Amino acid sequence: MTIFNYFRTLRPQQKTAAVAKERLQIIVAHERRLRNSPTLEYLPQLQQEILEVVRKYVIIQNEHIKVHIEKEGQYEILELNITLPDTEKGQINIQKSSSDVT
Amino acid sequence: MGKIIVVTSGKGGVGKTTTSAAFATGLALRGHQTVVIDFDVGLRNLDLVMGCERRVVYDFVNVINGEGNLNQALIKDKRVENLFILPASQTRDKEALTVKGVARVLEALKKRFEYIICDSPAGIEHGAIIAMYFSDEALIVTNPEVSSVRDSDRIIGMLSSKTRRAVQNLTPVKEHLLITRYIQKRVNSGDMLSIQDVQEILAIPLLGVIPESPSVLKASNAGIPITLDKKSDAGLAYLDVIASFLGEEPPPREKKGFLTRFFGN
Ligand SMILES: Nc1ncnc2c1ncn2[C@@H]1O[C@H](COP(=O)(O)OP(=O)(O)O)[C@@H](O)[C@H]1O
Ligand SMILES: [Mg+2]
Repeated sequence: MTIFNYFRTLRPQQKTAAVAKERLQIIVAHERRLRNSPTLEYLPQLQQEILEVVRKYVIIQNEHIKVHIEKEGQYEILELNITLPDTEKGQINIQKSSSDVT
Repeated sequence: MGKIIVVTSGKGGVGKTTTSAAFATGLALRGHQTVVIDFDVGLRNLDLVMGCERRVVYDFVNVINGEGNLNQALIKDKRVENLFILPASQTRDKEALTVKGVARVLEALKKRFEYIICDSPAGIEHGAIIAMYFSDEALIVTNPEVSSVRDSDRIIGMLSSKTRRAVQNLTPVKEHLLITRYIQKRVNSGDMLSIQDVQEILAIPLLGVIPESPSVLKASNAGIPITLDKKSDAGLAYLDVIASFLGEEPPPREKKGFLTRFFGN
């Protein structure tokens, strides 16, 4: 690769303004959704607590649980998606952990 | 009855005070009775930009607290007829502006002036909320830059939820996007958001565009609102903005100026 080519590839295909626009569109849309539905403010906390409960039984990562709210007319629908690991290893011995209590 | 117009942005340093001074001066030049109020209590600067800092005796907070009356606090501009300034207090904090107190002062001003321009402090707290609370229209000052655009969007959200018009379910505050510190060259080279980009993201009507210009700093150094500088490209752009705000076609001189200013010679 010649020096000339090297600099050509260094110059990004996408200009910084285009990157800025894309990032802004995403964050602004996200913040507007939060704003327009005040109930959504509790969402991160709810997600965290559900995660903790599920983790008592199954090993899952943060990204395996998705909480989603959709508006349908007057109602808001809370959609909860938990992806369980497909191996048996994901199971925690419930007997054992509950015996700690006694 | 006068119209209350807030000049707001969320982010600091984007040109709210410059715009408030330029816009108020421009409206007064067109023969409209205009007052410009500094809501940036504790950090007043409008008086400096307007060049009347040594004439401040009583301020906005004094009037609210009944320590001086409105006539004593209003400073009449020496260059432009019909133009008055109500300075902010330098020594109090923003909490000194109570909803009741501000309402009383604005009611009195509405009887006497056609346009009441409110120069908002930065931020999204009490100071910014009280500045926008009673507004009929809003100039959302935005620089073509990520943090300014995001903050403007938050301010737009507040205009539709935290203002008197929102709370009382009246006609919403009329929003105007004003893009300032715009550099066409950098837009052409792809490292500054374009007018269309900003407008597309914020999705409110565009009132105008003010170019980045060295004349703005010079004018503020001298305490002269930029609209009084007939040679300034930014000053001319503000005059165009005022013309479209008043619902007029910008004069042909301005039109050519506008094109060369933004699209190069
Ligand atoms: N169009 C412009 N071109 C160049 N400088 C500008 C322009 N508008 C504002 N400025 C400068 O930016 C700085 C911040 O402006 P100011 O009006 O005080 O912002 P804010 O009130 O939003 O904090 C000042 O130094 C001002 O001179
Ligand atoms: Mg300011």
